[in-house]
Amino acid sequence: MAKITLDNLAHSYLPNPRGEEDFALKQMTHDWQDGGAYALLGSSGCGKSTLLNIISGLLIPSQGRVLFDGHDVTHAPTAERNIAQVFQFPVVYDTMTVRDNLAFPLRNRGRDETYVAERVQEIARMIGMEDQLRRKCSGLTADAKQKISLGRGMVRKDVNALLFDEPLTVIDPHMKWELRTQLKKLHHDFGHTMIYVTHDQTEALTFADKVVVMYDGRVVQIGTPEELFERPEHTFVGYFIGSPGMNVIPAKVDGTRAYINGSHFDLGAGYRAMEGKVEIGVRPEFARLSTSEGLPVKVRRVEDAGRHKIIRADFFGHDINIVAGEDESIGPDMTRVRFDPAHVNVYRDDWRVAPEGEAA
Amino acid sequence: MNKTVNHKAWFLVLPVLVLVAFSAVIPLMTVVNYSVQDTFGNNQFFWAGLEWFDEMLHSDRMWNALGRQLMFSGIILAIEVPLGIFVALNMPKSGFWASFCLVLMSLPLLIPWNVVGTIWQVFGRVDIGLLGRTLESLGIDYNYTQSPLAAWVTIVVMDVWHWTSLVALLAYAGLKSIPDAYYQAAKIDQASRWKVFRYIELPKMAGVLMIAILLRFMDSFMIYTEPFVVTGGGPGNATTLLSIDLVKMALGQFDLGPAAAFSIMYFLVILLISWVFYTVMTNLDKKGM
Repeated sequence: MAKITLDNLAHSYLPNPRGEEDFALKQMTHDWQDGGAYALLGSSGCGKSTLLNIISGLLIPSQGRVLFDGHDVTHAPTAERNIAQVFQFPVVYDTMTVRDNLAFPLRNRGRDETYVAERVQEIARMIGMEDQLRRKCSGLTADAKQKISLGRGMVRKDVNALLFDEPLTVIDPHMKWELRTQLKKLHHDFGHTMIYVTHDQTEALTFADKVVVMYDGRVVQIGTPEELFERPEHTFVGYFIGSPGMNVIPAKVDGTRAYINGSHFDLGAGYRAMEGKVEIGVRPEFARLSTSEGLPVKVRRVEDAGRHKIIRADFFGHDINIVAGEDESIGPDMTRVRFDPAHVNVYRDDWRVAPEGEAA
Repeated sequence: MNKTVNHKAWFLVLPVLVLVAFSAVIPLMTVVNYSVQDTFGNNQFFWAGLEWFDEMLHSDRMWNALGRQLMFSGIILAIEVPLGIFVALNMPKSGFWASFCLVLMSLPLLIPWNVVGTIWQVFGRVDIGLLGRTLESLGIDYNYTQSPLAAWVTIVVMDVWHWTSLVALLAYAGLKSIPDAYYQAAKIDQASRWKVFRYIELPKMAGVLMIAILLRFMDSFMIYTEPFVVTGGGPGNATTLLSIDLVKMALGQFDLGPAAAFSIMYFLVILLISWVFYTVMTNLDKKGM
């Protein structure tokens, strides 16, 4: 178990990167705490897997350093880093039995057989495959194979970190839930540093203590699920997390007021006057339709999502979403929308602006 | 749904039937026909029953040829399969050099048998051949027209030169189908190079290797042209493999009856050995090696 430090790290797949756009991973410096459960969340191609492979040593970064507990491991081979990784598609050694698969990482490191047998038994119990230890792996289902790869990742007690690269992609939905719960429990019981790559926000939010949101080769926010929901630091976090995502509307902000097409409404705090692209962001959950209060809006469609309703509306030419309770009735006279001032965030060039008085 | 019974449908099978009859059944039956008859010329044939089969089964000549044949196939398989795998493992995985190697490897496969034979026949000659002259000037006694060992080495090396590429290309295709994640997982599991080969590469190649072995076995068991062009079966009978002997018997001595019996047994042996190979290897495959 170790604290992982990324120090001025950046990576480009090109031999001679020129501009910033040549980098798959833009320069970043972060500390990931020992024993934390982190989820790396982002859409495909945002650099999640690149970052993971740099941490696991399968890729050497073009610049910067990776430190485990303060030791520079940037150029250390994978085996020396003592990490475990589970891949998107199950990797099992087909010709071996389940038992030999689980024992493989330990035997390769020369652990004695009694210890190996004990660990294998323990892990088999954990993944619920005790009764299949003697089986050859070749005929097993994808679920079972992925459980074995998870098991192989966890069989070593002393790993510095456990990395998961979208490990549940091939698993049936009901098994996903179960495996994720098991992982969470394992983290709780053993306190390994875990990094879990996914593009599924539910997976990220349920698994991790801290979610690392990546966008276009950058880490745009590291935060608890609550922070990501309440205070997205970047408009991307706003629309990537939440369903539907945050409404982002161009506006002018002056003091405690925001102006949209000449109309205005109050913000929860005061802001300095700003240059550049200014937008306000408000989650659909914090917008309410009403008959009299707020700014004019035209309802286009109401969708029933079961536990709540999603209202698609036109707001000064911008599409916005509003979430209403299941029992709320939406009448034709509801032509106004009100945003909860405490939950309106202000963005300048896509990054959140801290209001005056709040520590940045 | 009611099935319509229409016997005219049988006519649709007719073209295939005719084709197979002319290409396989009738020629084979001619051979069967010869194998149970004797002739004293003038196209007059007499019924001989199983006499020729009996004679062939007790003929040292056939058993010796079969022995040489098995030895030849055994040696070339023992060299070409490991060598082919070794070459495939060391070929570049992508880029210009991968394509370059692929083209280079396919070249020997494109050369006709008798040309390969001629190339090596000339190459190995002690008077004008590059190989023969070089070996001789190094003081090595090499003359494939006189020494059985030299003749064997020549035809084995020739076959290895001609056909290792096939095994290598098939093995390469097998290797290319292994996803990167397997190698990455092996690195993380700290598997040695040997274990990567034994538990990842070999199992993934097993299927294509089985085909490679089967193809190389059948082909080498029937080999005729190349050794015939180089050594003509000599010196003495040292390199007289089954098919060379068969041709000598049938067309050289015109012993049609014994030659026909010989061919049928030859055919059955190939069928039998291929079947055994196939069964053993598919079973291994099922058990996952």
